[in-house]
Amino acid sequence: MSHSLIALVGNPNCGKTALFNQLTGSRQKVANYAGVTVERKEGRFTAPSGRLFKLLDLPGAYSLDATSPDEVVTRDICLGRLPGEAEPDLIVCVADATNLRLHLRFVLEVKRLGRPMVLALNMMDAARKRGIKIDREELQRQLGMDVIETVAIKAGGAQALVEHLDKTVDTQRAQPFDAEADPHAVVRGILAAAVSMPSATDAMDDRIDRVVLHPALGLAILAVVMFFIFQAVFSWAQPLMDGIDHGVSALGTWITSMMPDGLLRSLVGDGIFAGLGSVLVFLPQILILFFFILVLEESGYLPRAAFLLDRIMFKAGLTGRSFIPLLSSFACAIPGIMATRSIQDPRDRLTTILVAPLMTCSARLPVYTLLIAAFIPERTVWSLFNLQGIVLFVLYVAGIVSAFAVASFIKWMRKDKSEHALLMELPSYRMPSPRNIAIGLWERALIFLRRVTTIILSVTILLWFLSTFPAPPEGATLPAIDYSLAGRIGHLLQYVFAPIGFNWQICVALIPGLAAREVAVSALGTVYAMSGSDDAIAAQLGHTIAAQWPLATALSLLAWYVFAPQCMSTLAVIRRETNSWRTVATAATYLFSLAYLASLLTYQIARVLT
Amino acid sequence: MLFVLRIVNLSELSPFTFAVIDEVKATSVDDPIAKRLRELGFVNGEPVRIVARGPIGADPLLVQIGFTRFALRREEARRVCIHLAP
Repeated sequence: MSHSLIALVGNPNCGKTALFNQLTGSRQKVANYAGVTVERKEGRFTAPSGRLFKLLDLPGAYSLDATSPDEVVTRDICLGRLPGEAEPDLIVCVADATNLRLHLRFVLEVKRLGRPMVLALNMMDAARKRGIKIDREELQRQLGMDVIETVAIKAGGAQALVEHLDKTVDTQRAQPFDAEADPHAVVRGILAAAVSMPSATDAMDDRIDRVVLHPALGLAILAVVMFFIFQAVFSWAQPLMDGIDHGVSALGTWITSMMPDGLLRSLVGDGIFAGLGSVLVFLPQILILFFFILVLEESGYLPRAAFLLDRIMFKAGLTGRSFIPLLSSFACAIPGIMATRSIQDPRDRLTTILVAPLMTCSARLPVYTLLIAAFIPERTVWSLFNLQGIVLFVLYVAGIVSAFAVASFIKWMRKDKSEHALLMELPSYRMPSPRNIAIGLWERALIFLRRVTTIILSVTILLWFLSTFPAPPEGATLPAIDYSLAGRIGHLLQYVFAPIGFNWQICVALIPGLAAREVAVSALGTVYAMSGSDDAIAAQLGHTIAAQWPLATALSLLAWYVFAPQCMSTLAVIRRETNSWRTVATAATYLFSLAYLASLLTYQIARVLT
Repeated sequence: MLFVLRIVNLSELSPFTFAVIDEVKATSVDDPIAKRLRELGFVNGEPVRIVARGPIGADPLLVQIGFTRFALRREEARRVCIHLAP
């Protein structure tokens, strides 16, 4: 069936995505444009007449004179120049009615293309509330194009636009206006003729910003917000995670119980279900985290947080915008690296991606807990702190400090010393809309699940293969993994890892631990020939390693886990988000080198002291 | 003797003082930041005001221009030449 292709364009923060959600509901496809990591959002809707529309939500742009990959995509699609993308039949330019001075300039720039277009005057409700009066007829006359009022966040708020599209596509070719004229002067003229506004700003915004951006109070509020998010991510998610964990392993047991004993059963049980389960458990944390990020983003608070922290982050070679990706990385580096798309400067984005794995993700916790419980005595220090808690805290701080150090180093190394711009708009505060948040969460969940089922699954199967083949010979006395390829690699690795105090058992466990960090715990259990549930293994294992490993080895392994990229999924996501194997190689090399160095120092110093 | 306090660029403007933009000066022949500032509406005759400053080193600056608020680092704000509003 034929359909009309419509492109939504507009400045960032004009409510374009909300309008897109309003028009298409959940009938959306999110992917990347070919060859770049710019998000491509496509949706469909049917008008009352039965006409079918395909809608593209183009990345927000301040100008068609592009300065970022996002803006290049927007420009090229508007011009019909992007290979593999059809030229849109109609451009719907979205402008925030409360911010016309800025947004109309872009409207004029799009108009200059001479393509069929209409203007959607969005957020009309907010404009009315502020007493801004817009003479729509006059605006239409001045602009020489149809102007439709919309309220993207209200049900039915886009109805006028749908009706308009239904009757008029392909007839609306805007008159290209005089290219010589100064667009700012033209905008001033239009505003004087068609718009009257009582005051330039929203009194509510002023009041909130005075508190939220206050030098002392603002930072305190930010700290409280972050603390609350952390609490939520780590405590609310726990029951759900346990549920998923039990659910997946029950399903795995049920399915494998119907299969004959053999290789296939081992692949399904120990490979696919164990591997998927160990990554799927992070879904609740990721969703809770993204829920907060989406709420903060929709409300307009996120750019404020970036504003407060920009100076510190900039000193370290990052930007205020790196804050959210790095915060997300405490749950898991995968969503963190995915969130770096909001960073415009490609250099800042790359640095953020490279240091994101240094944030202590929740998959390190099982390893930390095992080692701390086994080796660090439960003792009260200065009658206030718990020694085990202090060690855990130090591990978190070590990650943060090294991230800043690495970012500074990258900044120092970089040849291109040209200025990084901040130039960040702080939008008006808005009540987050549940519908937009639900759609955003749904998208995040889909992206994560797609990744789990493709990359992570294949890595898991590969690692299962390595730790299963070849099978142990007849009458073998050692655990099966010891005879496998993984076991042999582990024994070979021991030559490399002896200086940092790892015994061969640790080396063998590190290999399956590459699928996901916490798998190392169950792998150690396998190596020490233990069986039972994960919790039972962890408990037994604690006693065994406490008796067999020197303290220096345990500390060295803790240091290793602060740095080592013991997570193939993270590397796979870096590849996806940067389109570059070189970046993956850089990340893996520097992280492994840091890990080795840190463990070497820890082991050698601890050995002298103990 | 009369001292006339002359403020030349946006990075020196005190908070909540009204000023008017003269122009955006490029620091090099092809200065993308200056170009972008002009596109965002930092052009001759526009009234501006600083409404907040970052907690550390009073950087970045939050600049109100028209209906919009932009966070600019001091280095970026230095390009914007202004005079105090009468």
